[in-house]
Amino acid sequence: MIETKSLKFSYDGKFVFEFPDIKLKDGENLLILGNSGIGKSTLLHNLAGILTPQSGSIKIFGNDISKFSEIEIDKFRGENIGIIFQRPHFVNSLTVKENLQLAKYLGKNLEGDIKETLSSLKILDKIDKKPNDLSQGEKQRVSIAIAIINSPKLILADEPTSSLDDSNCNNVVNILKEQASKKNAQLIVITHDSRLKKHFRTSLQL
Amino acid sequence: MNIFKLSIKNIFNRPLSSVLSVILLSLGVSMISLLILINTVLKEQMDNNLKGIDMVVGAKGSPLQLILSSVYHVDSPTGNIPLNEAKAIEKNKMVGNSVPLLYGDNFKGYRIVGTNSNFFELYNLKIKAGNYFNNYFEAVIGAKVAEKLNLNLGDEFVSSHGLRETGETHDDSSFIVTGILEYSNSVADNLILTSPNSIWEIHADHNHSEQIDHDDEHDHDEHDHDEHDHDEHDHDNEREITAMLVKFKSPMNIIQFPRYINEQTNLQSAVPSYEISRLFKLFGFGIETISLLAYLIIIVSGISIFITLFNSMKERKYDLALIRTLGGTRIQLTMMLIFESLFLTIFGFLMGVFLSRIGLLFISNFIEASFNFSLNNIIIINEEWWLFLISVIIGLVSCLIPSIQVYKMDISKILSNE
Repeated sequence: MIETKSLKFSYDGKFVFEFPDIKLKDGENLLILGNSGIGKSTLLHNLAGILTPQSGSIKIFGNDISKFSEIEIDKFRGENIGIIFQRPHFVNSLTVKENLQLAKYLGKNLEGDIKETLSSLKILDKIDKKPNDLSQGEKQRVSIAIAIINSPKLILADEPTSSLDDSNCNNVVNILKEQASKKNAQLIVITHDSRLKKHFRTSLQL
Repeated sequence: MNIFKLSIKNIFNRPLSSVLSVILLSLGVSMISLLILINTVLKEQMDNNLKGIDMVVGAKGSPLQLILSSVYHVDSPTGNIPLNEAKAIEKNKMVGNSVPLLYGDNFKGYRIVGTNSNFFELYNLKIKAGNYFNNYFEAVIGAKVAEKLNLNLGDEFVSSHGLRETGETHDDSSFIVTGILEYSNSVADNLILTSPNSIWEIHADHNHSEQIDHDDEHDHDEHDHDEHDHDEHDHDNEREITAMLVKFKSPMNIIQFPRYINEQTNLQSAVPSYEISRLFKLFGFGIETISLLAYLIIIVSGISIFITLFNSMKERKYDLALIRTLGGTRIQLTMMLIFESLFLTIFGFLMGVFLSRIGLLFISNFIEASFNFSLNNIIIINEEWWLFLISVIIGLVSCLIPSIQVYKMDISKILSNE
């Protein structure tokens, strides 16, 4: 259960973003659509606890993360939320395997199976490669692996498909949905890419 | 995987700048460390050999040379002095113990010194095997001489004239080893000791009565070349010794007596403690200059670590933001940077200490070969803990600004700017 109520956020105290309420039942995925500059990433960062709202509440699985201290939210995020960014990010000094080990360490997760995760994303052969040696598509798959290795209950994806052609776009969305259902996680995708509409039953227009 | 391992991986991910920082730091540390070591060991060794010697009497010349030759056995003697004049000093009321020294010969570069049992008392020498020399051409050898030249009791050897290996050999008279000394960590380890009579005897049969090889062109005005063909050398007034080590009955005498000798006799007196502190003062300026340079290098290494970390912050901002989104705290990221900096400085420090020991070994070998003098203790000394502290502080200071930056990092802004 993910629920936001009268969520407001401001960077400078003058211009205030007001977001519509979100109510997402267990097992449901959500597509949030909106044009550039409307505050999509800001909403995602609020949901992930990277930004703290000016007012309103964000309840994720019963916890109001807007009331959490910074250390609490870091811990909660590490254990419960996986984030996929538009451009994949890694710790570039580490190999694919070590990146996943680091994610497990930071999320205090002992169980996540690195090999299984990589093979379900069909990139097991890249396990000892450095991220910089991977192709764009491989990088995105690795970043998905990092986001899901700790079996998060919520996966947030920020513009995962905007730079992809139609067939790759479908691929990525299918991978995300597939991995989310495999891990019993809820998926929230935030994008301006209207091609994704057909993949989601529930969507919200900002 | 943990934060510490991540730091190490980050360091190895930028090998060139890491190596540069480590090289700079270890260079600075090893220079200072080596200076401290040499200074400590040298002073210790010099003081050890000075014990019990208040004054040295010898022929006129450089006082420092007199000290170096007769206390440390490294320089050439200033010349010889008549035995009867030395005896007159010995009988003076102010003089406690005195040790005569006679030079003239060497065996394979090790000096043969004519002296008496007072020498053994002065350096607290113990005979490990065999006996004290009693007769002509009997010799007691230092522990290092025995080891290096592989000499045993009863072995015979022929000395060479002068203090260098190249002198002509005295083929007609050979020494026999009657005693081997225990290690004393003093100059005696590198000496061959015999009675004054042996030295006089060797040179009596030759066409020169001087006991010193005059190749060295030192001041030797008082040597009387007319004596060359004398056959009789039994009388004290014709005999000479090279120098005499003197211990006063009262420490007060150290002020008056040396001056009396320098002003009233043809001899020269020198006070070892004074000459050696003069020598260290001469070194001092050089040591300070090099230390300053070394500290400068350590600071430069700190700056290099700072620049490396500072630049890497820009390259790694997405890495750092990712770590935060994965649940890493600000503290963890800050620790990561501190580890990176400390790892470089501590590793640099250890490398520096290691290098300084290698340097000391080289110098020690060099000195031993050329001066029969060894620096043999290689231990961690107190001053080096200070150096360690300085290295750690440099490490902490150089990661201060990057750490504050990473602590204050706004990950939302970084992630939105993609």
